[in-house]
Amino acid sequence: MRRSLPLGIYRPGSTIWHRIPAGPKLGLVVLASIAVVALRGPWPCVAALGVALGISLWARVPPQVVWRGLRPFLLVVAILGAFQWWQRGWPVAVEVVATTVALVVVATTFTATTPTDRLLDAIVRGLGPFRRIGVRPEKVALAFSLMITAIPAIFEIAHETREAAKARGLERSVRANLSPMAIRTVAHAYETGAALHARGIGDD
Amino acid sequence: MTSTDSSRATTVSTTDLALIATFAALIAVCAVSAALPFGVNGVPVTLQLFGIFLAGAVLGAKRGFFTVVLYLVVGAAGLPIFAGGSSGIAQFSGVTGGYLFAFPFAALIVGLAVERAHRRNVAITAGVVVVGGLVAETVVWLVGATGISLYADTPLWATIKSSFAYVPADLAKLAAAAVVAAAVHRAFPALLTRGR
Amino acid sequence: MAGISFDDVTVTAEAAGGDVVILRHVSAELTERRVALIGGNGSGKSTLARLINGLVSASSGVVTVDGLDVSDEGPAVRRRVGFVFTQPAAQLVMPTVAEDIALSLRRLVPDKHERQQRVLSILDSYGLAHLAATSVHALSGGQQQLLALAGVLATEPSIVVADEPTTLLDLRNSVIVADRLFALEQQLVLVTHDLDLALRCERVLVIEDGAIAFDGEPAAAVDHYRRSVATP
Repeated sequence: MRRSLPLGIYRPGSTIWHRIPAGPKLGLVVLASIAVVALRGPWPCVAALGVALGISLWARVPPQVVWRGLRPFLLVVAILGAFQWWQRGWPVAVEVVATTVALVVVATTFTATTPTDRLLDAIVRGLGPFRRIGVRPEKVALAFSLMITAIPAIFEIAHETREAAKARGLERSVRANLSPMAIRTVAHAYETGAALHARGIGDD
Repeated sequence: MTSTDSSRATTVSTTDLALIATFAALIAVCAVSAALPFGVNGVPVTLQLFGIFLAGAVLGAKRGFFTVVLYLVVGAAGLPIFAGGSSGIAQFSGVTGGYLFAFPFAALIVGLAVERAHRRNVAITAGVVVVGGLVAETVVWLVGATGISLYADTPLWATIKSSFAYVPADLAKLAAAAVVAAAVHRAFPALLTRGR
Repeated sequence: MAGISFDDVTVTAEAAGGDVVILRHVSAELTERRVALIGGNGSGKSTLARLINGLVSASSGVVTVDGLDVSDEGPAVRRRVGFVFTQPAAQLVMPTVAEDIALSLRRLVPDKHERQQRVLSILDSYGLAHLAATSVHALSGGQQQLLALAGVLATEPSIVVADEPTTLLDLRNSVIVADRLFALEQQLVLVTHDLDLALRCERVLVIEDGAIAFDGEPAAAVDHYRRSVATP
């Protein structure tokens, strides 16, 4: 089993696409996605796909990263394409497949050029206006940090409970693996809550 | 651990924040760890949905909902914590995005069921988690399949039928979440009484 | 009214089979600069320590710190009391070393740039400056506990409570962390299983079964604790 997170999609760089601030860039992606979905007919959609791939090259996103972004969708896209071809002919199939792939390429290019923490910061800033309805942006920011910090600790807990279950010959037992993992997760959360509390976080 | 005794508002909110963040991390670990001891016909299955059900069943409706939202937002922001280590906003675009959007509501529904059960009898919690989870499952399937069929203009029923392939594995995860949540509540009886 | 005072404090906790009493009618005034709490697992010594900053609330009785009632003035008390936990990893809440210290300084140093400078000087004084950008999980247990201590002291508390801070550390790191604690200007309340550390204090309380079984000179207290374990 994994002991840590796999490598993310983000690739550092200095292209114009890396330099656009995360918030406006996300806005661009949304607009581009709406435009792509609104397109009709096979050739405009294929053209949109071409533009999306062009931008990914311009942003110096390695093709294998684009491929990694696409991979989870391939099966669904293939089934959809085949279904549309069978039901409504090849133009519709091309339209659906090209649109889908273009959307994924645009989104992957965004993720590949935007560091996670930058985007999370942008989200926290974007929450500012919601303060009046009770949203506390600094609490949200703390939740992001806490979660990212907790991931390695939970990996460690999962690993240790798995080893312990194995040592007792219970590696196939759901209960021996998952229950201690969940219980230790709650205990860890309480300890973290106590540590936050002790440091006066939440008092302000 | 007796640190849960304090009943003042500040304690509850920092503890809740820690619980939400830690369970979001647990869902992340479940989603990228394919090799936990669960195999359907020898095919490793990620425990993403197990983690989501568990968040609702352990933390209740409100905190469970926010836990899953936190998980989705951080995954959307690029941390590779979605099923199989994928990430980014691409996961929300069209095709399979409907399933992701349904996840917080799955935790919410399971959480509501558990809160109801907890008030009456701890022993039946596991059973109620399963019932609530079945409703939640149906929502996930419906929203997910509707997403696909709206997006790709395919008939809804055909899409729903095609997602039946996942049913047995999802039911197994649901049952596991029920058993595990019952154990967690035995270990930490105060978890839900202070929850909302 | 400097120091910590427990006045007839009882703590009960919910458990599956009904409420359990963790501390019963404890009264004590802690004014010495170095106080140790020793006792077996589950004796209630951690709960006693956690009462001091309101992590645990008394079911009855009053706890005060420098004259402030912990149950009424929680935030003010927590600004005075720094707390170091046993498990180093659980008290580090931010992803990197520098961010974790910065979190502690949020209230004290509102200016971001100034805070960054302060973080670096604090890390430097703990020999952790080269690790500023490192993930907190990449640190060794000893480094994590030092960082946790640095994070607690960054808030400039007037009292430090440490709950078995060296239990999970190897000998070398235990010595480093303990020496840091005993070098503090502040009042230190130390929960420990390490009797050598207890002997370095001015006053030692032996907690048994939710009550103070012995209170006094370190040597006599440790002797009492040793004998209570030896005879069933």
